[in-house]
Amino acid sequence: MSVRHTLLGALVFAGLAACVPLLPLWLISLITIAMSSGLVVSGLIILWRAGLVPFGQALFFATGAYTVALAGLWLKISDAVVLVILAIVAAALVAAFAGLLLARYREIFFAMLSLALSMILYGLLVKSEALGSTDGINVAQATFFGMKPRGAAYTIAVFWLSLVLVFLAWLSVTAYLGSVAGQMAGAIRDNEIRVEYLGISVTRLIHLKLTIAAALAGAGGALAALSISHVDPQMAYWTTSGGFVFVTILAGAVSVPAAFIGALIFEVIRSIAVAVLPGGWQMILGTVLLVTILFVPNGLGSLIMRKRIAGQGGSK
Amino acid sequence: MITAIAIVTDGLVYAAWLFVVAIGLSLIFGVMKILNVAHGAFYAFGAYISATAIGLYFDRGWPAAGGYVAIGASAIATGLIMGYVLERVFLRRVYGKDEVVVVLVTYALFLILEDVLILIWGAEGKAAYQPYSEAGSIDIGGLAVSLYDIGLVIFAALLAIAAIFAIKKTTFGRLLTAVIYDRETASAFGVDVSRVYTLTFLLGAVLGALGGAITAPKISVSPGLGVEVIVLAFAVVAIGGMGSIEGALLGALIVGLFRACAVHLAPNLELFAIYAVMALVLVFRPHGLFSPALARKI
Amino acid sequence: MVPGTTFVRVCKAVLVATGVSIIGLATASAQTATPPAVAPVKLGIVTFLTGAAAGPFGIPGRNAAEIMIEMINAGKVPEPYATPGLGGAPIETKVLDENGSTANQVTEFRNLVQRDGMHAIVGYISSGNCLAVAPVAEELKALTVLFDCGTPRIFEEKSLKYVFRATPHATMDSVAAARYVVKKYPELTSYSGVNQNYAWGQDSWRDFVAAMKALTPKAKVEKELFPKLFAGEFGAEISALLTAKSPIVHSSFWNGDLESFIVQSGARGLSKESTMVYTAGESAMFRMGSKIPDGSIIGARGQHGVLAPESALNTWFRKVYEDRFGTPPLYPSYHMAQSLLGLKAAWDKAAIKAGKRPTTDEVIAAFENLEFEGPSAKIRMAIGNGHQGISDIAYGTFKYNKAEARPEIVDIVRFPAECVNPPANMTSTAWLEAGMPGAKCN
Repeated sequence: MSVRHTLLGALVFAGLAACVPLLPLWLISLITIAMSSGLVVSGLIILWRAGLVPFGQALFFATGAYTVALAGLWLKISDAVVLVILAIVAAALVAAFAGLLLARYREIFFAMLSLALSMILYGLLVKSEALGSTDGINVAQATFFGMKPRGAAYTIAVFWLSLVLVFLAWLSVTAYLGSVAGQMAGAIRDNEIRVEYLGISVTRLIHLKLTIAAALAGAGGALAALSISHVDPQMAYWTTSGGFVFVTILAGAVSVPAAFIGALIFEVIRSIAVAVLPGGWQMILGTVLLVTILFVPNGLGSLIMRKRIAGQGGSK
Repeated sequence: MITAIAIVTDGLVYAAWLFVVAIGLSLIFGVMKILNVAHGAFYAFGAYISATAIGLYFDRGWPAAGGYVAIGASAIATGLIMGYVLERVFLRRVYGKDEVVVVLVTYALFLILEDVLILIWGAEGKAAYQPYSEAGSIDIGGLAVSLYDIGLVIFAALLAIAAIFAIKKTTFGRLLTAVIYDRETASAFGVDVSRVYTLTFLLGAVLGALGGAITAPKISVSPGLGVEVIVLAFAVVAIGGMGSIEGALLGALIVGLFRACAVHLAPNLELFAIYAVMALVLVFRPHGLFSPALARKI
Repeated sequence: MVPGTTFVRVCKAVLVATGVSIIGLATASAQTATPPAVAPVKLGIVTFLTGAAAGPFGIPGRNAAEIMIEMINAGKVPEPYATPGLGGAPIETKVLDENGSTANQVTEFRNLVQRDGMHAIVGYISSGNCLAVAPVAEELKALTVLFDCGTPRIFEEKSLKYVFRATPHATMDSVAAARYVVKKYPELTSYSGVNQNYAWGQDSWRDFVAAMKALTPKAKVEKELFPKLFAGEFGAEISALLTAKSPIVHSSFWNGDLESFIVQSGARGLSKESTMVYTAGESAMFRMGSKIPDGSIIGARGQHGVLAPESALNTWFRKVYEDRFGTPPLYPSYHMAQSLLGLKAAWDKAAIKAGKRPTTDEVIAAFENLEFEGPSAKIRMAIGNGHQGISDIAYGTFKYNKAEARPEIVDIVRFPAECVNPPANMTSTAWLEAGMPGAKCN
């Protein structure tokens, strides 16, 4: 990625950040929530390109969210940036540890083992009555470099934080996907043994991918915790992971921005579905997913970047 | 002593239920390499249809024994119709696509069918307790055990024997085994893979619906009951090895007994039992206990 | 990668998505086009419409909201609520599903207040959702009446200005259950519990044990079982209870799990060994009928339904509800009805004082420490700085009337609100641990 593109991207983000007065507050918090799952999905794209789909990414998402909640509760840390960094580190550490095991697995077994790990965290959280069990706990509102925005200002501050995180995620994920390690993903997906014959350890590569994806999921969880101001064990439940995979398919693995747009579209569709058909919104979501898979197999991202599909081959 | 008896009977009853629920999922995965999330919907529809059938049947005041036939017949009909429609209309279009894409198709179908359930039957639970209550209980070493549950264990055992026999000894079973091991080679040898797929999916759907149907008399059939089942069935299949009947049987037994031990001896661990077992087994046997040898394709 | 153009597209997509959402919402709210003479009060109702909690709680709650709001708008509720609307303004509602993650609930709460301009929100069954939306309600200064969630933590962890809960919290259920058990079984030596493994089940059991320790210290806990929520299959738990042979077994089960447990334990004769205490048993009473063993102790999270004392308001509520929906109202219906009546009482009071349409702050001032009649009991907003209601509660013993083929509750014992609720200056846990000081039971 050239300097020109980075600058251009930064400009666009600054523009979005400046859009704030034009947007209603509810839309700002809706976009913030969407960006938190967008962060998780951008990590899933890294894994999906290597043919791996975890059904337990909520493990890292919840780790990030609970790190923020507990750092506030126990360590009295209130600075948003410090909290996000802590969450990223915690999630990456969990992944570095879980990866020792997970990185050896492929296909459905990878999916199931990651699901099992996330469900064990869910069970632990449900069992911990001190943390409110399934009711969860409130997250204290964070401070930003010593400033204490409250009310609408807080919503906007978290929105800006989400833009910064998304910008950084976009830069780093794009850079990683373009690197040799990132480019290996397609080769691993197609034929792992050939990659090994090149003298590259596939297990180590996947371990790295897992850790990066987990760090992104941790950032997403932290953002969600700061934005919602509440964390609960549902964040580690398998349906949460299912939701992330859902958005990944909706967005497609073609490009990183697609992850964020996909997450936003998903959140908007969900919100409309809930308002239009309160008793049947899942049906609408299911139908959207089905139609996407059947008619836009490379995801919505492919519609936006149609030109580039031919050369890249987002799926096999 | 009575605790030991309780652990064994409770474990067997739970294992029997798990096995019936998981076997259809395992079969579909083994043959078609589809992780069928809609299995939860088969289960839920089976339960609802069976509850409705039992209600209609017992309202007429007919003899109780026939109620069990009603359960079986309603499940088979549900499975056949749903399986056929889902396979023909939706899955056909995505064969050969990425595994995860196919999983997501079944996930989407599951989401839709969950709400369809509420549209048809409403949010209120449905009760169909007669077959369970009519069966009564017997005393085993001082512990009252439901005869319906014992019936379930016998049914699951017969199902296991029938399934293993069918796979090993019948022509269709051998075709299935060929497809499980290598679809392309089987196809090259003249196996009509497309037909095998359809039949397998129908069979899996019927088994899923049957799982729901036999559970219906024990529980209040209410919305959301399919969600819990999916993960449980996945776990059993992952422990046993995808596509292996013996594996599903052993997986169900391990999980069933482990859970019964947890409830009686360490109730706090019950929540973790199934996932802990799954993680443990996968650590030592990454592809489950009974997994077909994988060929290295270079 | 061409990020420049990509981001132009990002912006376009954001704009398109925003446009789509606004169009969607415009069509969604277009149904309420005819302008009434007085500007309506917009009320958001949030309750489970799908998922496992919809049947037993969500739908009965929504039904109660539907009939009550219709009747309030028509001015047909009996005295003292016979004036139409809220301070004369008709109520307009928007109903949302509570199913989905906490993030969804918080987002939708913001949407209701900031996008749809709701003047007040009445809703939430899950305690987790109540805890999550309470701070948001404060932030948005949105009047919110929580209608069914049970956790006492809402007003104990922080003091809230915009949030109210007319429905008493769950501590009362466990304390009253313990008092009833001790009254009926003074010589009790041991008891067990089977509760769902999530916050509600854990809290119910913890409070019950604490109350039992204070009331009858010699009774011991035999078995504590925590099956998974919505497990449906309780064979192993029933075996454990059969082997434990405790005279009393406490259970806060509800819905499907409650019904499944009743059927499965009935077939295996658990009632021969133990008397069950179902703290939320009323919700299953009519559906299960003779399946519930005679002698089981039944609660209704208050004195609702069959446990309610006779009153004109109650008779009227049961009649309009049954005429419309064909079933008697369950306790969640009562919770919804009393929450709406509390809101109406406060709003009317504020409107009279202000002489015009009251502001949110004026309604809040009127709601704090309010006393008003619900269909089943007098509610006093006495604790949680005047934001949390308390009321009397009743427990009774189940008996199936074979002659008339209908379930009955006998041996009803009523406990005054002060007997089963902590005083205003104490948290539930502290009160229970101190042995329930200051309880006035007469």
